[in-house]
Amino acid sequence: MKTENAEILLRVENLVKYFPIKRGIIIQKTVGAVHAVDGVSFNIHKGETLGLVGESGCGKSTTGRTILQLYRPTSGHVFYNDVDLTSIKGEDLRVMRRKMQMIFQDPYASLNPRMTVGEIIGEPLVIHKLADRKQTQERVEHLLELVGLNAKFYNRFPHEFSGGQRQRIGVARALALNPDLIVCDEPISALDVSIQAQVVNLLEDLQKEFNLTYLFIAHDLSMVRHISDRVAVMYLGVIMELTGRTELYNNPLHPYSQALLSAVPIPDPVVEEKRRRTILKGDVPSPVNPPSGCRFRTRCPIAVDICAQSKPEFREINPGHFVACHLV
Amino acid sequence: MTKPVSLDSKEFGAGGKPISQKGESLLKDSIRRLARNRAAVVGGSIILILILTALFANLVAPYPFADQTLVDQNKVPQWVLNLFPTMQPYAKLSPNYFLGADYVGRDLFSRIVFGARVSLTVAFIGPLISLIIGVTYGSISGYFGGNLDNLMMRIVDVLYAFPSLLFIILLLAFFRSTFAQPEPGTFTYTMGQLDAATGGLLFIFIGIGLTAWETMARLTRGQVLSIREKEFVEAARTLGAKNGRIMFRHILPNVVGPLVVAETLAIPGYISTEAFLSFIGIGVNPPTPSWGSMISDGAQVIRTYPNQAVFPALALAITMFAFNFLGDGLRDALDPRLRGTQ
Repeated sequence: MKTENAEILLRVENLVKYFPIKRGIIIQKTVGAVHAVDGVSFNIHKGETLGLVGESGCGKSTTGRTILQLYRPTSGHVFYNDVDLTSIKGEDLRVMRRKMQMIFQDPYASLNPRMTVGEIIGEPLVIHKLADRKQTQERVEHLLELVGLNAKFYNRFPHEFSGGQRQRIGVARALALNPDLIVCDEPISALDVSIQAQVVNLLEDLQKEFNLTYLFIAHDLSMVRHISDRVAVMYLGVIMELTGRTELYNNPLHPYSQALLSAVPIPDPVVEEKRRRTILKGDVPSPVNPPSGCRFRTRCPIAVDICAQSKPEFREINPGHFVACHLV
Repeated sequence: MTKPVSLDSKEFGAGGKPISQKGESLLKDSIRRLARNRAAVVGGSIILILILTALFANLVAPYPFADQTLVDQNKVPQWVLNLFPTMQPYAKLSPNYFLGADYVGRDLFSRIVFGARVSLTVAFIGPLISLIIGVTYGSISGYFGGNLDNLMMRIVDVLYAFPSLLFIILLLAFFRSTFAQPEPGTFTYTMGQLDAATGGLLFIFIGIGLTAWETMARLTRGQVLSIREKEFVEAARTLGAKNGRIMFRHILPNVVGPLVVAETLAIPGYISTEAFLSFIGIGVNPPTPSWGSMISDGAQVIRTYPNQAVFPALALAITMFAFNFLGDGLRDALDPRLRGTQ
């Protein structure tokens, strides 16, 4: 498997992001914090796809944005090829951004409606002063062809395109700077199912062609299984389980992963008949005031006393299989 | 029948419509929808005629606005007499004045034509000042946010709480007394001279400018706050764009629409403020004709010579209507939810 020996491209260490909650009209006091990401650590190897799954509001997107320094982390480190992104800023960070790009969830909100397709895709080249006018146009036309669009769309505006086409424009923009790492923030969840497959296939083709590394954030478990090499399961700001995709889908160890995977329908009526769903009771606790000890204990079917007392360590149970649970 | 959408998605766009060869910008689409709105076209045409009238007032008006012919005072033409038959017993007739002459024998029509200059100058300088101050203030406040935003908006709240018309009246009274008898060569003297040269308009602009920007600042801030959180701004940041580029390329072009609409709809307010100030006698200096001061003069004789108040009031009303119609049309045309409709 390519993930085991490949060099590490991105190393996330104990990443924490709290959003302060403020009160007051003139003098604002911080009265609490949303614990969006609370101590997340993982590595991404060069050329692999790491899937990040979890339910809405569990901090997946915040993790992605904090890695790219769109949000500065509360604490923790993000090493990109041994450069600590959390400690650099200004011009240094701007230069580093060329290597890391992002594909956004909403293809309608992620393209500036006042700019043409050519201006949108060419903007990164203009910002980093990498090409003159003519070179920019050539490169943009090449990129359009690359993502399966017509190069004649150069002067079109985004509102003329369908959702899938816009997402392709977003992909072309992300590719313009020849990045190594692309954070895909639910790039397909806003698209029709028939278009989802096209965009995912495009992402896979591009990965092969340019040896890209993806952090693929999604909540569609079957899609993550399809595209990822390894998968991390996140719950309330913490990674619960991280392992290879086959291992996770065949042998989930964390009770949360088990419950999550039991919700995936199986496209075979006979097997589907026998599927036993683990129904979790209650709601996700508020990230403002998360439970003590294990974040999942309030809904865990097998929780015991120790789960409330201490936070389970994120440890390697089997080679390459990390779980944060006292009982595994 | 819908057209088949090709799976390679190279020819068809949103809704399976073929993608045109030439890019259709949002601006073009808006202009087309504006042109289909009859009220807006009428309003726009009236404004255009008014602008031309004001620019070429010397050619349009049959008399200079300050020329007094005392023997002709209060004379009216025949058609005005038919319009207001109550004047029959005492009105003196003269075919020389289209709308009649005022109490010192000046041509009403010429004065209304020249009065358009004052109203339209206010209609364009007012928005200019409030946009420059308001947009700068509002975008700084909205873009940088946090404590700075909080402080800047509280300042606006305090200023906003003060009645703006009263504020302008006090300002004008203050200016007029300060700049009444200054020493030549001082700053106050220069300002006084400038004000006199503009017929008293300079201080009105300053007064309007100092109060009208607050609304614009609030609106801009709100718009910037909402656009700032859009994903395309985040995308620009991911690409490494600096603050200036994000502000001028990504945020401002997307907040212009609501600002233009708000400003167009605020213009009647500026015009009426100037007319009101002139009406109560602290606006433009005589003999500069302003519709407000003409209505004020006409109001003195409204029972005997109603034409002297009615015609300038009509000019004022039509102008304000025209700007309102255009503003309404612009609001519909720039509304992104109506894009592509008839």
